[in-house]
Amino acid sequence: MKGSAVRIENVTKTYGDFCAVDNLNLEIKSGEFFSLLGPSGCGKTTLLRMLAGFVTPTSGAIYLDNKNIVDVPPNQRHVNTVFQNYALFPHLNIYDNVAFPLRIRKEDKKVIDRKVQEYLNLVQLTGKESRFPSELSGGQKQRVAIARALINEPSVLLLDEPLSALDAKLREHMLLELDAIHDRIGITFIFVTHDQEEALSVSDRVAVMNKGHALQVAPPFEIYESPADAFVADFIGETNLFEGKVTRVDGEWVEAETQAFGPVKVTADDDIYPKVGDVILMTVRPEKVRITLAPPPQEKYDNKHNLVQGQVKELIYVGFQSKCSIKVDGSGFIMHAVKPHIKYSDEGPEIDWDDRVHFWWHANDAYIVEIVEG
Amino acid sequence: MKKTNYGLIYTSFGAIFLLLFFVLPLIIILVFSFMKADVNAGVIPEFSLEAYKSLFRPDYGRALADTVIITCISAAIAIAVAIPCAYYMAVSRHQTFLLFLIIIPFWTNFLVRIFAWKAILEANGFLNLLLQRMGLVQEPVIFLYSRVAVIIVLAYTYLPFAILPLYSTIEKFDFSLLEAGRDLGCGHIEALFRIMLPNIRTGISTALVFVLIPIFGQYVIPELIGGGREGTFMLGQKIANSFFRERNWPVPSAFSSLMVGLTLMILLFLMNRHRFLKKRNKNEITPAASAGSGMES
Repeated sequence: MKGSAVRIENVTKTYGDFCAVDNLNLEIKSGEFFSLLGPSGCGKTTLLRMLAGFVTPTSGAIYLDNKNIVDVPPNQRHVNTVFQNYALFPHLNIYDNVAFPLRIRKEDKKVIDRKVQEYLNLVQLTGKESRFPSELSGGQKQRVAIARALINEPSVLLLDEPLSALDAKLREHMLLELDAIHDRIGITFIFVTHDQEEALSVSDRVAVMNKGHALQVAPPFEIYESPADAFVADFIGETNLFEGKVTRVDGEWVEAETQAFGPVKVTADDDIYPKVGDVILMTVRPEKVRITLAPPPQEKYDNKHNLVQGQVKELIYVGFQSKCSIKVDGSGFIMHAVKPHIKYSDEGPEIDWDDRVHFWWHANDAYIVEIVEG
Repeated sequence: MKKTNYGLIYTSFGAIFLLLFFVLPLIIILVFSFMKADVNAGVIPEFSLEAYKSLFRPDYGRALADTVIITCISAAIAIAVAIPCAYYMAVSRHQTFLLFLIIIPFWTNFLVRIFAWKAILEANGFLNLLLQRMGLVQEPVIFLYSRVAVIIVLAYTYLPFAILPLYSTIEKFDFSLLEAGRDLGCGHIEALFRIMLPNIRTGISTALVFVLIPIFGQYVIPELIGGGREGTFMLGQKIANSFFRERNWPVPSAFSSLMVGLTLMILLFLMNRHRFLKKRNKNEITPAASAGSGMES
């Protein structure tokens, strides 16, 4: 494996009273595509800048293959960065931009020529050598930045929100390309983003950060399906969060009395063991809730489902589906659900604003986030 | 319907003013330079190349060589000092205050500032007093009336004219490029030379125009600080001398025409470079706007 393993140990960075990164511990495996995901100001960029060497941690250690690199200046780290604004040198053409790191190392002319061609080929920019950065489109600039960062053959590539300046279609395309480059080169990628879709779609593992802490470090599937706490659940995707008091526990099977829906059935995760009387926070994703005008058909509904009635208060058409906000009868709790547009093979007619609807979800699709008190 | 060209009307007053008081005198000088000198000053309206021939006199050649050397060295010093100053101003949080400091000397009369320098450099001046008090020298050192003194005062005088254009260029410089340079293997100083300097070239050439050209025509500073000493004598003095003392008009006219020609050449060269750099850096496409047309490769 060509990539390095990165270990972040008790790293803290404070700016005056503000604590950007708070006693953080992370382990990134060699060759991994690792994402740091979080809202702006969560400390993800500060962490990346500490890895690059532009920021010195207030305390703690950063190990690159078991060597503490905290005191190593950025130009001597085997780490390169793809910057958010590309940071291409405007006075140099594409060839010279990509060749820059090799020229600094005073490589042989032939070696430079061969490697520049190799890396321009990798990012599919062959033939654009004599163009200047100002003559390139955003996507092309991004590719130049990637080639330039990779040509030194770093053991870790840091990507600082590299796709945020691109439009949606191009972003998706570049993301797949990044993934392909990662597969081909095999070095460690550390990818900073505030876009969950980006993080979830290509990463081997994701660290969700908030207020200088890593709240959950797990593969994308786990982050989405079993969020570690209310923040992660809420930050990743859309969800419905509700509290309830446990009334019955039978192995994984939990029943709780909620203010929002009355009695609710839910299955517990492996590492959460609620007892009767505990107050628990539960979540169910909108796409796991089904909505119909008529009561649910027998074959699609059994005693492991939760069934609630309400009134559609809002319907947002987003093309491939509609997002519904349903006001639950009695409690007034707003439930979010999505309704796919499958008119002819699904359950009955389209629903509309102010329609009275039934909605239900399977106990296994709901999830206990945490025990609030108990 | 006829379209009125307002631009022409608006600029006509300025144009007439410049024609009368700038272009016309230049033409007169050019014409005089091709005439014969009258012994009682003035010119005899007769075509002659006498004035241009006399430019090849050894003392004139000497003055031209000295002027070029003094100009180049003092302009180089002014710009070398101005770049770090402008850099510091651009990254400082007290930009307005620092700009103010640059402007302050202009509130004092230029001549007064030159005399202040004389007071510093004189045999019993401030600098010698300081050196003697510190016990570094026994006898007063003669700083004044030397080429070094002329160069120092010229560099001092034109320093603000170098700082201001450099400051406005460096302020627009994207400092994250230095970070990128560090990331890609440059040391601190190497990043400054390899990344910042090439990107502030337009500022440097503007500063050169603002500094080189006025120094080239300087008269007062070499006169007062150099005192006519060997090696400090500049063309401006030569022109004044032949005009006032020798009462010869065509020779200084020829000199002036030559200087205007030289200056124009420098200016055209620098402007050409400017245009080249501008052409290359124009249409700086914003990432958002360009993203749509991204995939033609």
